[in-house]
Amino acid sequence: MQYTLSILVENQAGVLSKISGLFSRRSFNIDSLAVGVTADPTVSRITVVANGDEYVVEQLEKQLNKVIPVIKVKRLTEGEFISRELSLIKVHCSAAKRFELIKIAELMDAKIVDVASSTVTFEYCETAEKIQTLIDLLKPYGIREIVRTGTVAIDKGKAQVST
Amino acid sequence: MISGAEIIVKCLEAEGVDTVFGYPGATICPFYDSLYDSNIKHVLVRQEQNAAHAASGYARACMKPGVCVATSGPGATNLITGIATAYMDSIPMIAITGQVRSDLLGRDVFQEADITGACEPFTKHSYLVERTADLPRIFKEAFHIATTGRPGPVLIDIPQDLQENMLESFEYPKTVDIKGYKPNTKGHSVQVQRAVELIKKAKRPVIVAGGGVLSSGAKLKLQKFAEITQIPVLSTMMGIGVMPSDHPLYLGMLGTHGRKCANTALHKTDLTIVCGARLGDRAIASPDQMGTRAKVIHIDIDPAEIGKNVKTTVPIVGDMNNVLKQLINDIDGFKINDEWDSEVKELKAHFQSKISTFEGYVEPRTLINKLSFMLKSKAILCADVGQNQIWCANNFRIREGRFLTTGGMGTMGYSVPAAIGAKMARKDRDVVVVCGDGSFQMSLNELSTIAQNNLNIKIIVMRNQRLGMVRELQDKIYNCRHSATILNDKPDFVALAKAYGIDSAEVSSNEEAEKFVKNIVESDKPFVLVCNVHPDTPSIL
Repeated sequence: MQYTLSILVENQAGVLSKISGLFSRRSFNIDSLAVGVTADPTVSRITVVANGDEYVVEQLEKQLNKVIPVIKVKRLTEGEFISRELSLIKVHCSAAKRFELIKIAELMDAKIVDVASSTVTFEYCETAEKIQTLIDLLKPYGIREIVRTGTVAIDKGKAQVST
Repeated sequence: MISGAEIIVKCLEAEGVDTVFGYPGATICPFYDSLYDSNIKHVLVRQEQNAAHAASGYARACMKPGVCVATSGPGATNLITGIATAYMDSIPMIAITGQVRSDLLGRDVFQEADITGACEPFTKHSYLVERTADLPRIFKEAFHIATTGRPGPVLIDIPQDLQENMLESFEYPKTVDIKGYKPNTKGHSVQVQRAVELIKKAKRPVIVAGGGVLSSGAKLKLQKFAEITQIPVLSTMMGIGVMPSDHPLYLGMLGTHGRKCANTALHKTDLTIVCGARLGDRAIASPDQMGTRAKVIHIDIDPAEIGKNVKTTVPIVGDMNNVLKQLINDIDGFKINDEWDSEVKELKAHFQSKISTFEGYVEPRTLINKLSFMLKSKAILCADVGQNQIWCANNFRIREGRFLTTGGMGTMGYSVPAAIGAKMARKDRDVVVVCGDGSFQMSLNELSTIAQNNLNIKIIVMRNQRLGMVRELQDKIYNCRHSATILNDKPDFVALAKAYGIDSAEVSSNEEAEKFVKNIVESDKPFVLVCNVHPDTPSIL
C-alpha cells in the first residue's frame, strides 16, 4: 500500500536528519521525500510518500509524532488530495528525431526547456504516475539524465494540514 | 554581566539540581569553573559512561532528573552507552557536553565529535546550542521534555565559546511552549469506560505492570486497584517493586527468565491489563500471539508503545496515576470471581521454588532472599546484568524499596555507578549492589569514586568465574562450546578493594556470607563481599 504523509515541523537546523534517521532506524521504506517552508516561515512542511501495510503506517505516524520538532502528522486520504512532482528529463536527440520528441511533449503536456545539437530537456510537473509514463515514452530515444523533486501534496477543497 | 557557563549553573540551580555526575575536559572547563562557586555537588566518576549510569541511578532513587556532564569528543562518546541505557529504560536525564568552539565546528579539530548526531537514536531530544542567549530557554525546555510524558534523556551540546560569551543579564523562563510537544496525561473517558466494561466481563484477568507505574509514582494506586478488584499482578523486569514481593496478589516477574506462576497465569488469562510496559521480547516471547489469545487493555503515556508489540483491544493513552485514578473511580468496587482467585492462589503455591545447592559455594538465590530481610525495608538494590540480574529479580523480596537494573538495554557494568547515583540521592537508604565477576570488572574503577566520597555502598560480587548468562546460552544452543565465557584468572578482588581503601572479604558458604552481611549492614562504610558461586548454578530453576 502506498500512502502520502504531510508532516509539519519546526523550521530549524537538524530536523530533516531527525526525520530521515527515523525512517532508516525503524526500517520504514520511503519512495520520496520533499521539504519546503510554509506560509508561516517558522514552519516547514515535509511530504513523504512511502510503502507499507496498515501496521507500518500507524507506527510511522506515531514515531514521527514523538519527534519533538514535529508539530503535526497527517495521512492524506486516497483520492482526496492533489499531488505533483517536478521532473527534468534530458533525452538524447538527433536533429532527425527532434520533431517526434516535440510531438510527445505536446501529447503529454510537457515543456521542452532546453534544446541542443544532440539533446532535448523536458520539464514535466505532474503526478508520479504520469511522470513514469513520460519516462517510458522517452526511454527508446535514450535518457541521459533524470532529476525529480519528490512528490508534494495538498488536500482538495477546504481540508488542510494546520498547526 | 554573566557568562554562558554561569548561566548553565544558574539554570541547573533554578531546576533544583543538587548533584551532578561528570568528568571534566578542555571544552567543558568554563562550566566547571562556574560550578566551583556553586552549591551543586559534583561527583567525579572515573569514566564518563558511569556518569550517565550514576545520573540514572540518582533519577530513579529520588524521582528527579539526573544530570551528567562530559567534555567533547571521547568524553561525549563515552556517555553514549549510558544515555542509550537511560533511553531504553525511560529515565529522565539531562546530559551536558562541551563542544569545540562554534567557529571550528565541522573541521574535525581536536576532540570534536558530532555528539548530537551520534545520540540521535538514543535521546528523547537533543540541542546543539547556537547562541548563548538561547541557553535559559533550552535548559527550561530540556528539563520539561526529560521529565514529562514518557521520560527520557535530553542532550545539550554547548560549544566552549558559547560558555565564555557574556550576556547582560539572566532570567530563567517560567513557562515552556513547544508546538509539537503536548503530552496527553488524562486517559480518554470513553476508553476508560470501555476498559471497565472489559474488566467486568473478564473471567481470568491479570495486570502486567511495567516501569511506567514506578516512573509516574503510581505504585500505590496500582496496589489499590489490584486490591479492590482482586486481580493478580505480574511485573516486567522494570516493574519489579510495583508491589511488595510478598503481596498475596503478586505473582512475580514474567518472561523468559520470569517465574513459572506468572507465565502460567499469563497463559491462562482472558484479559491482560498492561500498565506502563512496552512488552519487549524478554517479557513476552511471542507478543504477536498474545492479543489473539486474550483481550488486551494497554495503558501507556507513549501512544507509540500501544499496538507496537501486542495487539490491543482497548488503548488508553495517559499518565498511569490519572488513568488508575479514573479506573478505580469507575470500577465501582467490582471484584473478580472467586474461581480465578483460588486458581491463582493454587498456581502460586504450586510453583514454589526448590533450590539445589553446591557444597563449598555460596547459593546466590538463597543469599539474595535472606539479604532482603537483613536490609531496611526501603533498601535500594542495584542489580547488574547477567545471571545475577535474574537471581535478584526472582529472589529479592522487595518491600518498600527499589530494584534498579537495566531492563531494556541490559548494559553490563550498570550496577556500581547506578548505586553511586542512588546513594547520592538517598543517603538515608541502604544501597546494595549485586553483580557478577564479569559485570563488576566493567566498572570496578568506580571503587575509587566510592572511596573518595566515602559512600556507604555494599557490593556483593557473585563470582562464578564465568560470563554465566552467555555460558548458559552456549550450553543450551551451542552444544556446550564455551567460547570466550570463562573468567578463570581469578583476580584477588579483596586485595583490589583494599587497594582502594575499601574493606572486603571472600566467602564460600551461605552461613559465612550471611554473617558478613549482618555485620556490614550495620557499618556506615563501603564493603565488597566476594561470594564464590558454583559455575553450574543456573539463572532459573
